[in-house]
Amino acid sequence: MRLLLIGVVAGLFSALFGVGGGIVIVPLLVLAVGYEARLATGTSLAAIGITALAGAMLYGFEGHVEVGHAALVGLPAAAGAVAGASLQQRVPVRSLSFAFAALLAGVSVWLLAG
Amino acid sequence: MSAGTIAVGLSLGLVAGVLAGLFGVGGGILFVPTLVGLGLGQLDAEATSLLAILPTVLAGAWRQQSYGNVRWRDGAVLGLCSIAGVQAGVLIATRLPEDVLRRLFGLLLLGVAAQLTWRAYASKP
Repeated sequence: MRLLLIGVVAGLFSALFGVGGGIVIVPLLVLAVGYEARLATGTSLAAIGITALAGAMLYGFEGHVEVGHAALVGLPAAAGAVAGASLQQRVPVRSLSFAFAALLAGVSVWLLAG
Repeated sequence: MSAGTIAVGLSLGLVAGVLAGLFGVGGGILFVPTLVGLGLGQLDAEATSLLAILPTVLAGAWRQQSYGNVRWRDGAVLGLCSIAGVQAGVLIATRLPEDVLRRLFGLLLLGVAAQLTWRAYASKP
């Protein structure tokens, strides 16, 4: 029952913002279902595969998906993510997090002001 | 698409992927602004982002599976239930004015930035 509700909320969030929904699923699995964080992250990826596919199809039917742009950004990103995940062990992630948070805050100001 | 757009798209995609893998955040929060930067409207950027995250998500799920971190049955239940939410989300997003959608996304990014900062403070140096 809890999984069902988490799924529905994550799907809404995912489609509304064009994101996977991990930001919603992972904390809810940990807090409401008692998942361990790593297991929550892994399991969220399986769920997001279905969520993102459903969202891309529904938006696609309405003509909102630019397939060329998706491949252009999405394919190098998959390679980059593998590299990033293995870099995690070798770089000071904690201090870099502050720089990354500042970058995100900068982008959000651009979007809010634009 | 011009050669410049292709070069910028490939580089930003690669950078977004590295950052997503490094900080454990989804690619979507980076793909949407990237796609807006490439000239897509907010709604098309969000829709396209959902297709763009699929290769990253599949690669990530494959990797996590090898560490024994995926409960496939729960993942399938979550994913299938999410379709109802996705339908509602698509309905809402396609009816909202794009500048409202863009500002909501901006607020989401601020929230993620705050969460990252908090997580970094809370973790032991």
